[in-house]
Amino acid sequence: MGKLVQVENVFKSFGDVNAVNGVSLGIEEGQFYSLLGPSGCGKTTLLRLIAGFEKPTSGQVFIDNSSMEGIEPNLRPTNMVFQNYAIFPHLNVEENVAYGLRNKRENRTKQNKLVDEALELVGLSGLNKRSANALSGGQKQRVALARALILKPKVLLLDEPLSALDKKLREQMQSELRHLQRAVGITFILVTHDQYEALTMSDRVAVMFDGKVAQEASPRDLYELPTSQKVASFIGEMTFIDGEIIGENKNLKVKSEIFGQITIDKSRVFGQSSKRIVLGIRPEKIAIVPKTSGSKNLVSGKIIDVSYFGETTNYKVSCGTIETLTISSQNSVGQLSYSVGEEIQLKADLDNIIAFSA
Amino acid sequence: MGRSGKFLKIFAVTYLIFLYAPALLLPIFSFNSSQIIAFPLSGFTTGWFKALLYQETLHEALKNSLIVAASSSVFATILGTLASRSSSRYNFPGKQFSLTFILAPLVLPEIIVGVSLLIVLIQLGLPLNLWSVVLGHTLLIMPFSILIMNSAFNNLDISLEEASLDLGETPIGTFRRVILPLVYPGIMASLLLGFTLSLDEFIIAFFLTGTETTLPVYIWSLFRFPKQLPTTMALGTILILVSLILLSLSEYFRRRAAKTQTSVL
Repeated sequence: MGKLVQVENVFKSFGDVNAVNGVSLGIEEGQFYSLLGPSGCGKTTLLRLIAGFEKPTSGQVFIDNSSMEGIEPNLRPTNMVFQNYAIFPHLNVEENVAYGLRNKRENRTKQNKLVDEALELVGLSGLNKRSANALSGGQKQRVALARALILKPKVLLLDEPLSALDKKLREQMQSELRHLQRAVGITFILVTHDQYEALTMSDRVAVMFDGKVAQEASPRDLYELPTSQKVASFIGEMTFIDGEIIGENKNLKVKSEIFGQITIDKSRVFGQSSKRIVLGIRPEKIAIVPKTSGSKNLVSGKIIDVSYFGETTNYKVSCGTIETLTISSQNSVGQLSYSVGEEIQLKADLDNIIAFSA
Repeated sequence: MGRSGKFLKIFAVTYLIFLYAPALLLPIFSFNSSQIIAFPLSGFTTGWFKALLYQETLHEALKNSLIVAASSSVFATILGTLASRSSSRYNFPGKQFSLTFILAPLVLPEIIVGVSLLIVLIQLGLPLNLWSVVLGHTLLIMPFSILIMNSAFNNLDISLEEASLDLGETPIGTFRRVILPLVYPGIMASLLLGFTLSLDEFIIAFFLTGTETTLPVYIWSLFRFPKQLPTTMALGTILILVSLILLSLSEYFRRRAAKTQTSVL
């Protein structure tokens, strides 16, 4: 207890499909929390369970230490920003934003003041009388935010709010949302399938697969210390290499291709212990070094594919029995570029290897 | 445009002439000064229209028809709105079954509906009066009302309702503040179409009416008096005009319903 939103062993099935399959989560007050996962993983259903649009098949949701069982959406201390914004088309901006105030018995002057404040907060000052149909996608998004925030909910729920916007506007709204969240101090729960969105915006992220939470961590831990291969490959890229355990004391001694014989700290080993092990390394933790360099532990390989992204270049390298090893290289000052077919040498940052028991 | 395009054009024009030419005869003869309905026309008069003003039984029939049309279109629209709301939002056992049966009057011959209703009313010992006609017409109009309201509700984005609940509004308040304003054009279309259908309906009204006749039944009775024929033509002209206006209004609302809702997304 003590956390603002507490999801306790919640199941939700639609017919034969278990959309949410035993989820427990705790979300602290003031956090920007993301539910991340591929489509169909149950993240939106979980959000709708918190909002009250769905009722759990079993399990409970607590908000501010009170059970939400049997509490209808209109009586919950949550407000939601819908994926398609759900702006009321027959009302103008002002009427949309003031929609929820009607039941709060505030007088007219107070209401107008609140509406103006809310519109200013989302950067729509002066558009009070604009018709809902005359709004752009980004403006609808802001009206939806203002309409929810004006009610000062304990929790603001956001259902893929940025997926309908173009890339430039999406990035702008990401940082605006983050600033807005800090400014108002309300707990945000964001549903997204975009791992970069989750990483850049959130304090904590829960990664969901098949109705279950696979890992719940800070963005940094999620990327640097994924606890399963599935999470590791969903968030960014990772190359996996088979290894064999050859010794174990307070560290793990592992032998594998490319890395040779290495020791891995126990805190970087995940899964049930077994003899077989899979080593994982992120593309930017491997560097291509010039042939003339004198450093040790070099491995030679051959470039088989190059993808240029502007600020970075991704290389696919074949290396002994390893068919493809992904390397990401910053295109900063002095960085050499390589082409397909070129023989090169690699240096891996051995401290950043993680191991998954297979 | 090829040969088949030309053929289709001719076909369409012929079809329209065939469909509307008889109706055009009505206004022509209603301004003809001869009592005999035949060409050549003998002269122009507005006398038949003036004569309408002095027929008290006609006024009575018109009043009856308006009462029946107004009540049955309102009843049918209320029932139709509730039925399509429940069919578009909720799943319940027997939904498809009951919907099919509500829509059945669309394909049942009216004479069958009229006769069976008459038998039922007589068996129940209920009197035949304007309200029995209202009952029959409500039954007849409801399928149209359901079809119009179905499309209105299906175009309604469910997240709008959820947004309203989420913003603290009760389900009843949501119906009043969000759903009703958005399906209102559909309701208007249903009312107008229902009104027109009831106003023109003859067979069911003929079977179920008691001593108080509706306008179409009254017109039918006039055919026994050849002298009255031109007046009937004048009355028919007015009825066609009113129907056209009501149908155009209904279509206007139906299109507005479709437009306001699609432009949201």
